Amino acid sequence: MRTLVKLSWIELKLFVREPITVIFTLALPIIFLFVMGGVFGNEASTDDGGMVVFRGVGPLDYYIPAYFALVMMAIGTVALPVHLAGYRERGVLRRLRASSISVWSVLGSQLTVSFVIAIIGSILILICGIIAYSPNMPQEIGLLILAFLLGLASFTAFGFFLGAVLPSTRAAQGLGLILFFVMMILGGAGPPPEVLTGTMDVIGQITPLRHVIIILQDPYLGFGWNQNASLIVAGITVVAIILAARYFRWE
Amino acid sequence: MTAIIKVENLRKTYGTTVAVDNISFEVVEGGIFGLLGPNGAGKTTTVECLQALRQPDSGMMNILGLDPRHDASALRRQIGSQLQESALPDRLKVWEALDLFASVTPEALDWQVLLEQWGLADKRKSTFASLSGGQRQRLFIALALVNNPRIVFLDEMTTGLDPAARRVAWDLIRSIRDRGATVVLVTHFMDEAEKLCDRLAIVDQGKIVAMDTPQGLITQYASEVRVIFTNDYTDLSWLHNIAQVKKITESGPRVEVEGSGPVLALVAASLVEHGIIPNDLRIEQPTLEDVFLKLTGKDIGE
Repeated sequence: MRTLVKLSWIELKLFVREPITVIFTLALPIIFLFVMGGVFGNEASTDDGGMVVFRGVGPLDYYIPAYFALVMMAIGTVALPVHLAGYRERGVLRRLRASSISVWSVLGSQLTVSFVIAIIGSILILICGIIAYSPNMPQEIGLLILAFLLGLASFTAFGFFLGAVLPSTRAAQGLGLILFFVMMILGGAGPPPEVLTGTMDVIGQITPLRHVIIILQDPYLGFGWNQNASLIVAGITVVAIILAARYFRWE
Repeated sequence: MTAIIKVENLRKTYGTTVAVDNISFEVVEGGIFGLLGPNGAGKTTTVECLQALRQPDSGMMNILGLDPRHDASALRRQIGSQLQESALPDRLKVWEALDLFASVTPEALDWQVLLEQWGLADKRKSTFASLSGGQRQRLFIALALVNNPRIVFLDEMTTGLDPAARRVAWDLIRSIRDRGATVVLVTHFMDEAEKLCDRLAIVDQGKIVAMDTPQGLITQYASEVRVIFTNDYTDLSWLHNIAQVKKITESGPRVEVEGSGPVLALVAASLVEHGIIPNDLRIEQPTLEDVFLKLTGKDIGE
């Protein structure tokens, strides 16, 4: 337990000392938020006959909870896999293991860091959004927190899985960035999902991001709890954990 | 003296390659025990099995009364490891690494003292990436010692160090022993093994081919000494009358007399008797290199 606490604290400091990860997980979603705010403003699409986009709410009301998910995805597709694959590739995991630092301490510290960073990132997005666009406040806080925990668990597990199977930092960076941008564009954090048609919509539907966004948006916007999406996210979490446990290697 | 490491018929294969082929040995408490052999001989695999970093195919292991296969984490807390091909995160600071590694056991030493002892006090806030090769080496030793281990495994510790840094590393290894820990040293350097090890196993192709003190190995396998001097081409065939002389090689003015036992004194006396008084008469003792050549039929560099 002492080791877990120390390692978590160290990992948090290492995270902050790595500018690229900090920019990617914390700054990039905020930049996107301002870009989307600049493009779409925060007027809900209500005109009759036209296409209803952003689920009928203001674009910023749509994007703020969606970008909570974007922070989680940056952690799960890039930060965590690159970190873990690099640790394995460079023999850090071997070094830790030889000194009887358990796999639970290693993964537990990463989980802790993921939570802290996701919470910080989401709060930053909320603050920036509120200051710039005065959007609606989150409606159902309790359900939102629950959805936040579920979404984060899912992307952390996803990150553990990628970190377990990807052999090197380069592989993790390459695949991670592709996953990040494809999921971002098609999963509902880029253009509004309503404008995606055909194949793009199909791919969007199978990205984990789409469902994590929905479970976060529904309580945020006051639509209640989305059972279907939450079951899908829970399923992804379980599968990712099983695969990560199955394929995790120290070296 | 009790054995704190016992290995019987240890075997480990990778596919069709037999890395460790029924190795058996014992290490008693205290001193430096060496595993000497060329790269790929199975030394590292052997110690990795002992450190519970690898699963052997078969065989019995007992370290500090524990079986690495079943008591891995209890064992790792009581041993120190300096591993080949391992690293720390680039941006991790020296003090953070020691503080972390000290947290695994309540028996841990005060890492502030270790920092002083290993000359890292002024580097405590430096990141791992900024350390020189020698400083990293010292940090890895400090990390291997911070849990106050009874056994310390050092795997190819001086590979990649320049000659001066190697000598410093040797002093460090001796001081680990002098603190009371048992050192298991894996090396492919003959001179390192000869100078440091109290006991030594020579490993070749997954097998231990000989085991003794360095001097014992030399006496047993390479007892012949060479007497060397310069001569002005006078006939020396009478040296063959000395029973201990085995072979005389003349290359230009340089004469090399191979023999055993008190051959130096006898050759010297005989030369003086014949009026030859070379002022560069010297003796070359056999080294582990000769032992290795004799046992395996090859140079270790091959």
